[in-house]
Formats: sequence, structure tokens, C-alpha cells
Amino acid sequence: MGLSWMAWTWPTALFFIFIAAAISTMAVWEYYKPGGDPRRGVFALDTTRGDRLFITLLGSAFIFLAWLGLVGSSLWWPMIIAFIWGGFVFRYV
Amino acid sequence: MNKTVNQKAWLFVLPVLVLVAFNAIIPLMTVVNYSVQETFGNNVFSWAGIIWFEEVLTSQRFHASLGRQLFFTFTILAIEVPLGVIIALAMPRKGIWVSVCLVLMAMPLLIPWNVVGAIWNIFALPQIGMLGNLLNGMGIDYNFTRQPGDAWATLIAMDVWHWTSLVVLLAYAGLVSIPEAYYQAAKIDGASSWAIFRYIQLPKMKRVLTIAILLRFMDSFNIYTEPFVLTGGGPGNSTTLLSIDLVKVALGQFDLGPAAAMSLVYFLVILLLSWVFYTLMMRDEEQ
Repeated sequence: MGLSWMAWTWPTALFFIFIAAAISTMAVWEYYKPGGDPRRGVFALDTTRGDRLFITLLGSAFIFLAWLGLVGSSLWWPMIIAFIWGGFVFRYV
Repeated sequence: MNKTVNQKAWLFVLPVLVLVAFNAIIPLMTVVNYSVQETFGNNVFSWAGIIWFEEVLTSQRFHASLGRQLFFTFTILAIEVPLGVIIALAMPRKGIWVSVCLVLMAMPLLIPWNVVGAIWNIFALPQIGMLGNLLNGMGIDYNFTRQPGDAWATLIAMDVWHWTSLVVLLAYAGLVSIPEAYYQAAKIDGASSWAIFRYIQLPKMKRVLTIAILLRFMDSFNIYTEPFVLTGGGPGNSTTLLSIDLVKVALGQFDLGPAAAMSLVYFLVILLLSWVFYTLMMRDEEQ
């Protein structure tokens, strides 16, 4: 049985490779620096590195959705905003 | 003493990983793939980019369904959680009536969802149903097949009837786990019933209530069978919740691309709200 029913495309494959790479990076990071680096950030939330990745990804998804729904179809700006959001979350949240 | 690290435990986790991969991750990946393509069947797809997401996010129909879904979910949570806690508090903790109450509470949960929809459909029919006939006999103009307000009231009553028991059972489990010593200490201090509830019972129920709220939130946000059997989304589109609308797009119109984009937005909304609920409730507990 092939995988044609899953209708793979390169962009979606790259998206999942990026997610898998992010999770793998977390595992390697945890291996070399165990404990998850817990802290209380600007939103008064207790987060570990894994939580911060989750918040980054979920927030990024909503940045893209909000941009598509409210502004337009160009994805460069929401991508820049998502990277800034990710940096903010890993630094301050 | 050296700690023994046994990595064989991972083998026990493997079957769960395989199961989750097949029933959640692979279907989710497929939905992501569908959401950026167009198909006319026969397993032939063409690239569509982000147009389905734009279509869904700017669609009045989607906004209306999402609004109805949020209204339904928050209404049933506002009713079922306090009602479940009140019933759990009123239930006996000792004696023969404990088993009777627990069995009675568990019964609605054992009925299949489509049967619940069918029971309430017949029960509420304006002419022949017991509820419909009674209300009309009392002079109340009730017809859930024609009046949106009546359809909503019936839908919410059905969900409350079916699912409050779950909150009751979880809250009851939290209540019976409270040691008797807490109540004795409260009695010595002369605490009122309200003080006992506020400072002993409620904090001790917090974990199970968190689970109850999350389960009811996710279940009610995904609800399909019961409202579909009861009202079919009508009258008009007045009770067309997100899941019913999604099935209409995916199977009724066979628009797999827009349906996949809609599913992903739906999934992200559930994920966000579940995370917010969980984080807020656990943060209060940590504080």
C-alpha cells in the first residue's frame, strides 16, 4: 500500500519535518541540560522549555490565522511576527 | 549507590505510540495535506495553497457556526458544572443509597449518543412527545422543530440530562476522598456549611473538577451525534454547530480542501481553549 492517499506535498512534508526537528532539538537540549529549565516568566506562568515550544507553535498558528482572516494572503509578515513571538516566548515567558 | 537505568521501559510505551500514530497523528497529517489542495475524487490532488484557509476564515457561515458552538459549550458548562457539584454534595456518603445513587447517575452515560438524540426527539415532539404535549397543554407555545429558541432549549436540556452525571461522579469521587479529620476540625472551629464548602470541599475537588471541565469542554465542542439526531442543525441553521457544518462541507458537498482547513482551525481553537482552561486552573492550584 502506498502513501498516495495521504496526498503528500513538499511544503506540508517540510512543515512536519520542521515540527519533528523542533521536538528532536528539545530532546537533545534536555539530554545535555536536563531539568527543562523551569521558570516563571512575564505572564506569571510556570513553564519549561517544552511548554515554551508549545506556546510558540500555538501562538504562531494563531498569528497566521489572524493575518489570513483580518489582513490578507501574504505570509511574509506573519512569519516575521511568528519568529519575533518565538524569540519573546523563549526569552521572557 | 549507583542508580540503575533500565531503558526497556520504553518498550511498554511503544504500543501506545503506535496506536496514537495511527488514530491521531497520521489522520492529522492527512488533513493538513488536504487543506492545501483541491481534489475532485479518484485520489487526484492539485495544489491550492492557502485559499481554503482564507475562504474559511472570512466566511460568515464559519463565523456563525463557531459562535453557536461557543455559545453551546459555555452555556452547558455554566449549567453542568455547578449542578453536578450541587448533586454530588447532596448525595449520601454512606449506606445502601450510595450504590443506588451511583447507578442512577451512571445510567445516562451508558446510553449511546444517537439513542439519546432519538429519545429526546420523540420526548419533545410537540404533538405526541410527552414533554412537547405537556408544555403545549400548559399553554406554552413549544415546537422545537420550528422555533429556534425551543430547539436551543431542548438541545441544552438534552446535554445537561446526558452529561451532568459525569461531573457528579467526578465531583463525588473528589468529595469522598476528603478525610473525616478535615470535617471534624471544621466542626471544632464552628465553620458554617458555606465555609466548609469554600475552604475544604472545593479546594479538594479542584483537580477532579479541572478534569471534568476539560472533558466536558472538549466533548461539547466536538458534539455531533446528539444535536444531529435531535434537530439536524435546524430549524434553518439555528442549531448547526461547527461539527455539523463540517460534516455538511466534507461529506454533503464533498469539499475536502475547505473541510480540511475548517477542521484545522476547529482543532486549533479546541487546543487553545483547552490549554487556557488547564493553565488557569493549574496556576490557581499552584498559587
